[in-house]
Amino acid sequence: MTLSEFLYMDGYYLYVWASYGLALVVMLAQFINPIRRKRQLLKQLGRKKRRGQRT
Amino acid sequence: MLQAITKLASLKNFYFFCGKLLPWFAWPTLILMIVGLYWGLVEAPADYQQKDSYRIIYIHVPAAWMSLFVYMVMATSAAASLIWKTKASEVVANSCAPIGAAFTFLALATGSLWGKPMWGTWWEWDARLTSELVLLFLYLGYMALQSAFEDKRTAARATAILAIVGVVNIPIIHYSVEWWFTLHQGPTVQVLQEKQAMDKSMLYPLMVMATAFKTYFATVLLMRSRNEILERESHTKWVQEEREHL
Amino acid sequence: MTPTRKRRLMMVLLIVLGVGTAAALALTAFNKNLMFFFSPSQVAAGEAPLNRSFRVGGMVKDNSVNRDDDGLTVRFIVHDNAKEVTIAYKGILPDLFREGQGIVAQGKLGSDGVFIADEVLAKHDENYMPPEVAAAMKPIGVDKQLKANN
Repeated sequence: MTLSEFLYMDGYYLYVWASYGLALVVMLAQFINPIRRKRQLLKQLGRKKRRGQRT
Repeated sequence: MLQAITKLASLKNFYFFCGKLLPWFAWPTLILMIVGLYWGLVEAPADYQQKDSYRIIYIHVPAAWMSLFVYMVMATSAAASLIWKTKASEVVANSCAPIGAAFTFLALATGSLWGKPMWGTWWEWDARLTSELVLLFLYLGYMALQSAFEDKRTAARATAILAIVGVVNIPIIHYSVEWWFTLHQGPTVQVLQEKQAMDKSMLYPLMVMATAFKTYFATVLLMRSRNEILERESHTKWVQEEREHL
Repeated sequence: MTPTRKRRLMMVLLIVLGVGTAAALALTAFNKNLMFFFSPSQVAAGEAPLNRSFRVGGMVKDNSVNRDDDGLTVRFIVHDNAKEVTIAYKGILPDLFREGQGIVAQGKLGSDGVFIADEVLAKHDENYMPPEVAAAMKPIGVDKQLKANN
């Protein structure tokens, strides 16, 4: 099987790759989102802490 | 045993417990995904009728299974928080909703992408497709309801009731292909059946992908739960200590 | 009530309304499906409506698929092991359409008894296998073989 044959998917490349692409985007976003959220939360906590010390 | 459970129910302990579990799901997910994708896309043979278009099944079926599984986890946790008022179960239920919505969306979208060339239509209001769409609305409704309340405990009570009521939809989705005339085919993979309707060379990669989706769900669930705990407990000393520790 | 709370409450109401309409739509759709799906036997018995769009479902009869001279219209016979209906369809057939396959056609019954379809959908079965396996099973028929094994 050549690479172009693989990518062609017997003519169904549009449907197959759209499905896999969609899954990749959605599942990667679901994974990265909490990582970014955690960083953001820890930053917020840091700010709260400093403010607490000043007063 | 009971003591261990009550100990876990405290958000602080649950946070660290989730952290310990995380790598045991995250790394297997990566390995299973790579193996499953290679097996399903490259190694598995084409179907005698659908040719290569059937390969969408390796996303569609695991996503559809997970859409039901995640709902059951969500409803069970919601019921637990309604009965025992445990905060940890509230956190788990809340973290399930967006992940379940994502799986449901993927199942619907990939099904549509398969249906267009094979059935000849993107969408059909048959019982299977419609009940799966209702499931998506249930997840979205849960999320909207959760954000509608200022007070976390009131929100937990309201969302728990929605989640529990929504459970009736789960058997409807599962048996829709038998109860009504649907365009959607009957179940291919059936547990406790020696001869499967799917050839082993195609079935095994499907099982690998299904396992990968399960460990993926556990990974994201643990991550989301930890974040929600940090948010809820931001005023406590241990969270401040945890921040300095990082 | 604060504006944000009011907005959120509105959102919840909208969602509830959305779920409600979806459920109502679903129920009517299922009922419609049950009502509007006629077998060739029912059509032959005159149970199907005239001058109104409905659905016919059945198996495509072997060696019955023909293309008209215009190169666009496809004619084929759908049967339910008892009665037959001839269907004429102008358009692209789904890739799963083939002789022996279960299909559903939406359209109207002409006065000559030919069903003019404006949509043809193919129903897939639950069998998945590589071509070699299918070829090996062919003499007995794939479906029968699988059923016998189960």
